[in-house]
Amino acid sequence: MFKQIVTVLALVLASNFAIADLTIEINKGKDDPVPIAIVPFGWQPGVAVAEDVASIIEMDLHRSGQFAPLSRGDMLGRPRNASEVYYRDWKSLGVDYVVVGSLTQDGPSALTAHYELLDVNTQRVILTGTESVSVDRPRYLAHTVSDKIYEKLTNIRGAFRTQLLYVSAVREGGNRTRFRLLKSDIDGANESVLFDSREPIMAPTWAPDGKTIAYVSFETSRPAIYTQNLLTGVRKQLTSFRGLNSSPVFSPDGTQMAMVLSKDGSPDIYVMDLASGSLQQVTNHFAIDTEPAWMPDGKSLIFTSDRGGKPQIYKVQLGSGAVDRMTFIGDYNARARVLPDGLGLVLVHRNRGNFHIAVQDLKRNRVEILTTTNLDESPSVAPNASMLLYATQYDGKGVLAAVSIDGGVKYRLPSRFGDVREPAWSPFLQ
Amino acid sequence: MKYQAKNMFLGVAFFSVLLAGCASTDTDSSGQEGADTVSTYTESADANASAYDTQDMMNLETVFHFEFDQATLTAKARKALDAQIVRLKKTTGPVRLEGHADERGTREYNIALGERRANAVADYMAINGIPRYRIETVSYGEERPVAFGQSEATYSQNRRVELK
Repeated sequence: MFKQIVTVLALVLASNFAIADLTIEINKGKDDPVPIAIVPFGWQPGVAVAEDVASIIEMDLHRSGQFAPLSRGDMLGRPRNASEVYYRDWKSLGVDYVVVGSLTQDGPSALTAHYELLDVNTQRVILTGTESVSVDRPRYLAHTVSDKIYEKLTNIRGAFRTQLLYVSAVREGGNRTRFRLLKSDIDGANESVLFDSREPIMAPTWAPDGKTIAYVSFETSRPAIYTQNLLTGVRKQLTSFRGLNSSPVFSPDGTQMAMVLSKDGSPDIYVMDLASGSLQQVTNHFAIDTEPAWMPDGKSLIFTSDRGGKPQIYKVQLGSGAVDRMTFIGDYNARARVLPDGLGLVLVHRNRGNFHIAVQDLKRNRVEILTTTNLDESPSVAPNASMLLYATQYDGKGVLAAVSIDGGVKYRLPSRFGDVREPAWSPFLQ
Repeated sequence: MKYQAKNMFLGVAFFSVLLAGCASTDTDSSGQEGADTVSTYTESADANASAYDTQDMMNLETVFHFEFDQATLTAKARKALDAQIVRLKKTTGPVRLEGHADERGTREYNIALGERRANAVADYMAINGIPRYRIETVSYGEERPVAFGQSEATYSQNRRVELK
């Protein structure tokens, strides 16, 4: 028992430290977020839980921009289940929904949350759930409950249990810089270092199963593409051709990887079959062809090319090699990613000399600029398409930020140390 | 397309050799930076070649700068390169050229731009007598800036090729 408490305390300290690195600040929320109250969860006597589960749920829902959680100080009671709820109290506070719950420890290793979601206007319980995790994962338990509540109230699959990869660069005096490849939960907690180098690390990306990642490292003094298994930690060098080895992206089925190589002169798009290692050259042009991304059906790729004089997005059919230009508005469109439904692109778009993140609707080819800062880059879309992460600068430092696909919600995840960039939002992990 | 590009390159190479040949017959002038004509850039290198013989590499310019979104050598960069070429012809070791870009624009596009710049320097060296097998090019894109902050002054320092 004592040992368990020590473990729990260590977890509290570790997670607090991690959260300090990436702090969430909401800059702009939805105009009419849904008022909701997440009541602190009750727990059985003698159980020490490392995290405030209700508070994590509150932060999750708040960060989505679609909910306005009631401050705890304004709550008139602390019900732990539906039978203890006085609807009239919550109605008077202007709350539409209430979440109540309790935590129990079942045996030495399982932590369980029982929770209920109540509709204040109809005075009904609209969702009841029980979720169990191992005792060292209370944050994951909270994110699971967040996903269920979010899905019930929005009809959109929740993405609170996803993770992100990103790169940090810390200047260490002289000309030295320390580069780190980091992984954290999508709220910035549970940060861990996956790779650490004195040479640049670039372009981290997820395999569709969320178990393997790929990135570019200059550790040999030249760029090379590596994969790394997240469970075993095993790294594998995939390429080390003369010239560029950049922009790795896994195909939607995970069997192939698109990449950029300049071994034959100019940068072109290639596809590698991951089982055999064989390469197929997809583009062949003396211009810069780079930044490939897969269309969801895996039959074509989009990429950036300056073959028309300025960087624009093109699409190439893998079967025929036919190339079509996709962007026509503005003189700089680059590093596009495809929305999960294939109906739109998010990209870096230059407008009046500033680099913004924009979304282009592929049906009407309308371009909407989502960000107002400058030097915005590396957009990465959530698997539920609700939001995207990107890199920008704030106070002279590289920071990560998020914006909803409709532009209505924005928040920053600044880092305390160094510059952070190149966020990659994971696929659904469960 | 590749074939076309190759022809274009050969054309440029031939033209540059002609220019270099012409320039080397010129007599000395001050060769001020910003000079727009090709005839002023190689001569000072040749004229001062004996002075460079005994000089350490550190005394010569090892960083060559570029204009925004450009991979064309400026007159100033050519002049500095000519001095290096004179020195390198007396050695046999490998030459490493590291291409860089400023932070504007996407990282992957910038790494391609850095490579274009490093290749422009490598091509110029090869045309002027440094064997291509001695030259290695690596692009760092915008990952290794030497100046920080968002101004044209810092950006222009970061758009460079470094000779190592």
